[in-house]
Amino acid sequence: MSEPNHGRRFALIWLVATLIATPLVVVLLGPILPPGNGSEQASGKVTDNTVLLAMAMPVLLLVVIYLIYAVIFFRQPKGGVLEGPAVRGDSRIQTTWIIVTSLLVLTLAVYGTVRLEAGYGAGSGSGPSPVTVPSGPKLPVQVIAQQWKFTFRYPTYGGVETPHLVLPVNQMVELHVTSLDVIHSFWAIQLGVKADANPDVDNIAFVKPTKLESFEVRCAELCGIWHGAMFDYGHVVSASAFNNWIHQQEVTFAPATKVLPPYSTTYLPEPTRRGG
Amino acid sequence: MTTTTESSTPQPTQRPVWRRLLGFNLLTAVLLGVGGYYLGWFIGRQIGFEGSFHYQTKSDENDVALLLAYFFGVIGFLIGLGFANYPLSRMLGRPASLREKEGEGIGRYFGLCTDHKVVGIQYLVGIGVFIFVGAVNAMLIRAELLHPTPKFVGPEQYLSLVGMHGTMMMGMMTSGIMGPFANYFVPIMIGARRMAFPRIEALTFWLLMAAGFILTSTIFFGGFPTGWTGYEPLNDQAALGMDSYICFFALVGISMALLGLNMIATIMTMRAPGLTWSRLPIFVWSVFATAILMVLAAPMLIATLLMAALDRTIDTSFFVAGGGGSSYLFENLFWFFGHPEVYVLALPGFGIVLELLPVFTRKPLWGYRLAVSGMLGVTLLSFFVWQHHLFVSGINADLRPFYMLSTEIISIPTGFIFLCVMGTLWKARSTFTVPMLFCLGWAFNFLIGGLSGVFLSDTPSDTDTHGSFFVMAHFHYTIVGGLVFTFFGAIYYWVPKMTGLRFNERLAKAHFWLMFVAFNSTFMPLFVLGMKGMPRRVSSYAPNLQGLNVWVSISAFVLGFSMLIFLANVVYSLIFVRLRAEANPWRSKSTEWQLPTPVPVNNFEQIPVFDSDPYDYGTPVAPIGRAQPASAGA
Repeated sequence: MSEPNHGRRFALIWLVATLIATPLVVVLLGPILPPGNGSEQASGKVTDNTVLLAMAMPVLLLVVIYLIYAVIFFRQPKGGVLEGPAVRGDSRIQTTWIIVTSLLVLTLAVYGTVRLEAGYGAGSGSGPSPVTVPSGPKLPVQVIAQQWKFTFRYPTYGGVETPHLVLPVNQMVELHVTSLDVIHSFWAIQLGVKADANPDVDNIAFVKPTKLESFEVRCAELCGIWHGAMFDYGHVVSASAFNNWIHQQEVTFAPATKVLPPYSTTYLPEPTRRGG
Repeated sequence: MTTTTESSTPQPTQRPVWRRLLGFNLLTAVLLGVGGYYLGWFIGRQIGFEGSFHYQTKSDENDVALLLAYFFGVIGFLIGLGFANYPLSRMLGRPASLREKEGEGIGRYFGLCTDHKVVGIQYLVGIGVFIFVGAVNAMLIRAELLHPTPKFVGPEQYLSLVGMHGTMMMGMMTSGIMGPFANYFVPIMIGARRMAFPRIEALTFWLLMAAGFILTSTIFFGGFPTGWTGYEPLNDQAALGMDSYICFFALVGISMALLGLNMIATIMTMRAPGLTWSRLPIFVWSVFATAILMVLAAPMLIATLLMAALDRTIDTSFFVAGGGGSSYLFENLFWFFGHPEVYVLALPGFGIVLELLPVFTRKPLWGYRLAVSGMLGVTLLSFFVWQHHLFVSGINADLRPFYMLSTEIISIPTGFIFLCVMGTLWKARSTFTVPMLFCLGWAFNFLIGGLSGVFLSDTPSDTDTHGSFFVMAHFHYTIVGGLVFTFFGAIYYWVPKMTGLRFNERLAKAHFWLMFVAFNSTFMPLFVLGMKGMPRRVSSYAPNLQGLNVWVSISAFVLGFSMLIFLANVVYSLIFVRLRAEANPWRSKSTEWQLPTPVPVNNFEQIPVFDSDPYDYGTPVAPIGRAQPASAGA
């Protein structure tokens, strides 16, 4: 009884499956991948995720199809005591595998680095002095996290502090994320922004909203019992609507602004020790 | 047999019960432990008098007293078990002995025993109890998440459950395979009669039991809100229950470091003649790699927790912003331990899979050297990736490309393991026994875990998935899908050797299939939930995510039910029916299966001599690719 050429047959099945499944996944899943297209950074990451998914598909199919193939074809006959071939390795296959996986991995790392720096941190918290800074005018907004809410300070508008987050569309925003107590993480889901809020740290993230929409704001780092309730909506509005809103905020919160500490990139709140 | 030996030595059984309870045993240990606890508490109250330290003025809680109580409790517990006897008698000039090894019957399992086989079984049962506690916590967590707002246990208890589940599982499963199976089988596999340090071996187990008890006791002190990561400054802010976490993890760290040290010493110095490094069973290699990680990583954890304890008690400020400390420091130190820790969980699983596959495929292990270099590569690289947990924290943002690269490079040695699995399966004569099914389950689950890790290692992509259910799904795929599946594979494979009894095959298969399906049905949707914006560790979430969450919860309950099938199988097969296992049901060529069951106290009458690795399966292929050893007689 002659064995079929398993190697060739498996390779063919894998190739066909990859050629069908990868484009299908890219076309069908790509557009609905997170975080959406609420900002330049978010759209960029939809592309990133699509690329990663396209690279992962052949690997996924390789192993899964292999396992299924092996389970179907390489069986012990019922009640049999047959031995398999005593092959202990194949240096050609091993070398090829090492080279291919290394190339894949290096490609991933280079691609990730380029996309990270080209996207000005891709919406991530990039520390007090980010490596790449977008040129042109930026709207600084300070995000002050505390148990269990975010407040937002606009230093270029008289340092007004408000509980609402409103951003103008098509304007590069420079978020300064800091905390008054424990570690939080500012997550603007549809904008693709996430930056940890540490006490005594100014964590900067850049984002340029491109779509007039409301977005969800959540805390993404465990910060105590109401961590899950640290939730709000922010809004991206037109430039004129933003101007109206911020001036209204300045007026509304004028009495509070007077007693606030002067704007600073970080605050050391009192008491500095155990709060509750 | 046992009855005749008992009747021939009647003296121990004729002693009255009260006399047998006197001495160094578990009862004394518990009594001294409780005594030590109250002594520590009393001393702590004396030190922490009104107004002396900050911690007292902020609340009524006295962290010094609780930490000292735990400390003295553990010391008392260990003395009660008899751990001080040997060092003391040596100090008094008495000769060295392994006296604790002696003893007969079931009593050995409830005290200090230096027989590595007894310790292995102690580990299996002891860890099992605490994993059960962790699993019950998981069920309660999923019950709470049936509804988008906290209705069932409330937000505070919810966080305690999350913290206990994560900490218990992370702490106990580090020894999930290293404890039971490495302790039991490594000495046998390398042809030794015992571990290098048998008393330290026993100590690692009893430390872990004390630790598990301490973590469970957190419920009496209000639990802790930080999850298993224990991030500062939330850690500093938390109430008394946090001290249980600190003590638990510090004890686990000590236990891990000692276990690792013992394994390294044993494997390096006690191999039988002829058992060269290139003939070592691959499971022993994985234990060796894991042991290196344990020894190097665990001390970092112990030191970090000591600093956290000092911050909480005598007002140092290692982690306090504005006091010269930083919350970043804790994150760095914790993950410097924490990332090797997750490979401590993964590597023994690799070993089990590669050890079991040759037996059930009837083929030699394919790519032995590749597998070894894969494991050692993972070991080395795992110390260079820790800041990928902190991509959005703002720490060293300019170093992120490096951590991205190192994290992605670690998938190369992990890929070696997959290649070896696939190579071994090629043209195999596989029998799909229960252990084999669990190995194949590992291959699928770990693949998903690894590929989802690619998204997390990519900084731009990680920005959206960090701290979300996506991460949670990822590491459950690698730990439950990776470690727990191989853990069960090892149980079904080796427990017949350890006990001489076999499991009911039908129940075992039902367990596997239900577990495999329910596991994927539980954790696959969590990727979607994470991408839709559900953060980890929340008790309230967006109402539009309720449908998926209910699906996940129900799947999780089914997963929990599959564990009950396993427990039922244990009770039914090992306690009631007690069917004798065959001497070598898997026709394995590994050393342990050549020994009689139960394995004699000293394992070997004569130390064996090895002339090959244990993967001498298969029929030689006609054109032999590589020179065969001359001694291989077919």
